[in-house]
Amino acid sequence: MKFSKLLFVVGSAVLGIASQSSAQQLSGAGASFPAPLYQRWGVEYNKLHPGVQVNYQSVGSGAGVKNFTAGVVDFGASDAAMSDAEIAKVAKGVVMIPATAGEIVYAYNLPGVSGLNLSREAMAGIYLGTITKWNDPAIAKANPGAKLPALPIQVAFRSDGSGTTYVFTQHLSAISKDFNDKIGTDKSVTFPVGVGGKGNEGVTALVKQSPGTVGYVEYGYAKGNGLAMANLENKSGKFVSPTGEAGATTLANVKLPENLRVWPVDPEGAGDYPIASFTWLLLYKKYDDAAKLKALKDFVAYGLTTGQGFAEELGYIPLPDAVVEKAKAALATVE
Amino acid sequence: MPEQDSKNRAFAEVRVGPDLFHLLCWVASAAAVATLGLIVYEIISGAWPAIQKFGFGFLASSSWVPNRADFGVFPFIIGTAVSSLIAILLAFPLGLAIAVFLSENFLPLPVRQVVRFVVEMLAAIPSVVYGLWGIFVVIPIIKLFGTWAVSVFCNTWTTPGIDGAPDTHRGIPVLETLFAPPAYGNSMLTASIVLALMILPTLTAISRNSLTAVPKTLREGAYALGATRWEAILGVILPTAAPGVVAATILALGRAMGETMAVAMLIGNSSRLSWSLLSPGGTLAGLLANQFAEAEGMQVNSLMFAALILVAITLFVNLIGEAVLRHTQHQTAGIR
Repeated sequence: MKFSKLLFVVGSAVLGIASQSSAQQLSGAGASFPAPLYQRWGVEYNKLHPGVQVNYQSVGSGAGVKNFTAGVVDFGASDAAMSDAEIAKVAKGVVMIPATAGEIVYAYNLPGVSGLNLSREAMAGIYLGTITKWNDPAIAKANPGAKLPALPIQVAFRSDGSGTTYVFTQHLSAISKDFNDKIGTDKSVTFPVGVGGKGNEGVTALVKQSPGTVGYVEYGYAKGNGLAMANLENKSGKFVSPTGEAGATTLANVKLPENLRVWPVDPEGAGDYPIASFTWLLLYKKYDDAAKLKALKDFVAYGLTTGQGFAEELGYIPLPDAVVEKAKAALATVE
Repeated sequence: MPEQDSKNRAFAEVRVGPDLFHLLCWVASAAAVATLGLIVYEIISGAWPAIQKFGFGFLASSSWVPNRADFGVFPFIIGTAVSSLIAILLAFPLGLAIAVFLSENFLPLPVRQVVRFVVEMLAAIPSVVYGLWGIFVVIPIIKLFGTWAVSVFCNTWTTPGIDGAPDTHRGIPVLETLFAPPAYGNSMLTASIVLALMILPTLTAISRNSLTAVPKTLREGAYALGATRWEAILGVILPTAAPGVVAATILALGRAMGETMAVAMLIGNSSRLSWSLLSPGGTLAGLLANQFAEAEGMQVNSLMFAALILVAITLFVNLIGEAVLRHTQHQTAGIR
């Protein structure tokens, strides 16, 4: 009796493994920022198509590009897309597809002050260490009527390399020559002031715990943790608060080039939120396995259409329709 | 005699089981050694471009700027040394006191067993949990302490002088520098305190072992000569166990230097050098944990170089600890 039971268990386990391996597996790796969304797509897609399993590992944009170039995954993902030099290394060719987007906010903790406005001068000055008090004229000028305390500004930044830091420093470098000269743009840079937190959650904790702290985090984290977010001055001099609509406005005004690799570095529209960015899925131009190709194209098409519906609740900006159309057209070139 | 020899040989031929076991043990230990060798080789080959480019300047330069391809780890070496030394300073008295307490019969054995178990359980808590605990418990306390310390040590105050005119005092020297504002929660001090707790089990367990290894005859001799308990502990037992305690401390130091996750979460990860314990700092292990995933090109090589330095430091510290421990066992062997 016991033995037959054991046999049954072992047998069904083997069958289970067998049936699993007969399912179409799609493996991806890359950026950690969009990981919650991609993984959600994977789960939801699997409900509709039980034969396809999507396994996305959030290993970071850099590692994602490395894995993709080495050909050990079916698709990659990166917040920084791929440079032309990187693309040249991939023999099978690369199609970059903007899959979702995010905005980066100045989250702050300043009891008694809500709806803080930060001018372009203040945005860069805080991270350059030239603006050190909350009642500095550069901040006060943009906030008439607000009672700004004489508290020192505690600056929080990402200590780990991240696409968030890349997009953030890219914008500050564009709006401030000083910032560009002294700090520059990269996934990890060295700020002259402040404390480093590990990951979005690390910076969020820093801001949450200490009054007087300001830090840059993804919109979704700030929203989810109830942090106050500053309204930022854009190129046309308007202060725009970080919302899904403002981010979508920014993205809708972006002119997409042929390869779909573009950053709204310093958006010009009056309603544009200044710091927003796409994040890309990386596909090969050619796939050898026809079944895999079909499953992958179907999955990405799902993400670009139905999948966008999950974006808002997870703190991402849904892609504007024009972008979705171009992304679909790019997807069609994959063969 | 020849008969004996052939008998031995015949006996040896049938020892298939023991010989196989012997071989397996040999392979297993060789594999362990080979793994260490392979790791060091991989690190060196990964670090080679950075070693060629920066050389020894890497150790002395204090700029770590990935986007300018300018790398130096001096602040991180200092951060590693300072955070683990402060941790040892905090953990040593506490750990030694617990070890003495556990090796003496102040309390019934079952109670001591429970205390010992709980202290050793501290080693089973994952690093990331220490980090979270640090964020939610230690950081708020350090912030309060920091604000207090800054107000007491660094402020100027006046007292009425002898001639009637007020004298102005400018903070307390040394403390004024060590607790200079601004007081951050994520700081060298926070990381050191949590590190101290993390290395406490290592320190306590090895110290306790060497204390209980002190021969009974020595203790009884001390009592027979009329020593009180404290005289026996301080005059006989601790000196006899001292090398073991030193070894425990050095091994704990090695652990503190290599500790990664909790430190990365608490120290503030800044490459600026500061005398103030309330300022953020950085350690080699924290630097690796933070930047490796997204690093490219020369940054990877430089991180490998930093890893090589970390491995060299911790290996060196552990070797010293082992050497002292071995020396002790050699010494006390005669008394037993």
